[in-house]
Amino acid sequence: MLDIANLHASVAGKPILNGVTLDVPAGEIHAIMGPNGSGKSTLAYVLAGRPGYSVTDGSARFEGRDLLAMEPHERAAAGLFLGFQYPVEIPGISYLQFLRESLNSQRRGRGEAELSGGEFIKFARSQAALLGMDTEMLKRPVNVGFSGGEKKRAEMVQMGIMQPKFAVLDETDSGLDIDALKAVGAGINRIMRAADKGVLLITHYQRLLDYVEPDRVHVLTHGEIVRSGGPELARELEREGYAEAAA
Amino acid sequence: MTAPFPSRKQEEWRYADLESLKPVWEQFAAPVTLTVGDGEELEEIWLPVSDDVQLRRVQLALGSGAKGRIFALNAAPVYGRIELEISLEDGAEFELFGANIGTGLSTNEFATNVRHLGIGGRSRQTIRSVLNGNAVGSYLGKVEVARGAQKTDAEQSVKAMLLDRGATANCKPELEIFADDVKCTHGASVGELDPIQLFYAESRGMNPATARALLLEGFVMGLWDTAKQPETIGEAARQSLRRIV
Repeated sequence: MLDIANLHASVAGKPILNGVTLDVPAGEIHAIMGPNGSGKSTLAYVLAGRPGYSVTDGSARFEGRDLLAMEPHERAAAGLFLGFQYPVEIPGISYLQFLRESLNSQRRGRGEAELSGGEFIKFARSQAALLGMDTEMLKRPVNVGFSGGEKKRAEMVQMGIMQPKFAVLDETDSGLDIDALKAVGAGINRIMRAADKGVLLITHYQRLLDYVEPDRVHVLTHGEIVRSGGPELARELEREGYAEAAA
Repeated sequence: MTAPFPSRKQEEWRYADLESLKPVWEQFAAPVTLTVGDGEELEEIWLPVSDDVQLRRVQLALGSGAKGRIFALNAAPVYGRIELEISLEDGAEFELFGANIGTGLSTNEFATNVRHLGIGGRSRQTIRSVLNGNAVGSYLGKVEVARGAQKTDAEQSVKAMLLDRGATANCKPELEIFADDVKCTHGASVGELDPIQLFYAESRGMNPATARALLLEGFVMGLWDTAKQPETIGEAARQSLRRIV
């Protein structure tokens, strides 16, 4: 489903990804683990098309389409979702307005009918409730005044609303207390665990993987995948550290 | 009697488009006076009209404990000027929330003179400008705190977004303080849209034009949050923004 081959990318002229090769078939959840500075977030941003992250070699295909040739909004309409490590604050725009505009833009891009205000609010409320987010928060400006945990929960509400085919989740578990971690884990399973969907779960720690069992675990170091294995690899990393496991 | 035609040598007219103003000066020259009695409240919403040149000159006198709030959208196609002279007696409160939205060769400006005459007055002026093309958006704001107007709290916040290289924002706060126990703050910034906010919106499916329009809307729409009836001015601001994004 997501097919990355020999991907090289640099930021401000500095090479960060040095030949990442990775294939995530439909129906699978893959975890990418690695130390700070290994290129995990860069990989996420490159897949979503953040300006300033330039691909110097290699390819990334999504359902057979050249992902790297698409604009960020086209990737979203094609079904790709990026869960941000640091969700962005947008004063003056309510979450409801932001999400309705986003969803309807995607629907227009796919030639589907737009949702009316009423339909959208009902849908957004139900998704927020499923993640234990106070629906009043949807009236507030995007992420403004949200705690770290609330922002991450809100990212998952967004994912529930967008119903993407594939999610790249960049350290969605950081800054979460145990209850939020459980809610987010359950959200990922509910929204994304399906035969026709896929997830790339970028994380630092094993703890989210207690709630979202990955099919495969990859270790990213110095911009390359140095080891791959089953779920047991995550536990080994947790036990022995990256230096040991990656050696 | 018509007031004398201004000159750019006068500080409060230094960025004005006097050439455009001249032919219509007579009809605008006399200021409108509004008086808000002790403890009373006034809320005004000022929308742009369709004329090329629009000038609004208002004197607002706030009695003791009176509250005056003005929400103003300045979006004239050629020249728009909103001129306010406010006086505050003891404990009076004044708030101005204004937007300059300009395109082409237009000039839109706020020129205010807030005079704190009594004790414990509070004034808050918030101006946001969104400008493209070669448009000019200005704020010239004078705050005077009279001798004895202790515990005055005056605030000026001015921000501008320039969408094109040719656009200009001017901001000129001026303080004249004759009391020693007062708080007068002012802040100004001129910027462009935040790239990470744009990317966030685009990553959710908005095309770049929609994302820009939404972010600019957010920049301006926060001004009307506290209006009793924000709908009309909100919609007018949205329409003005749509013309320039």
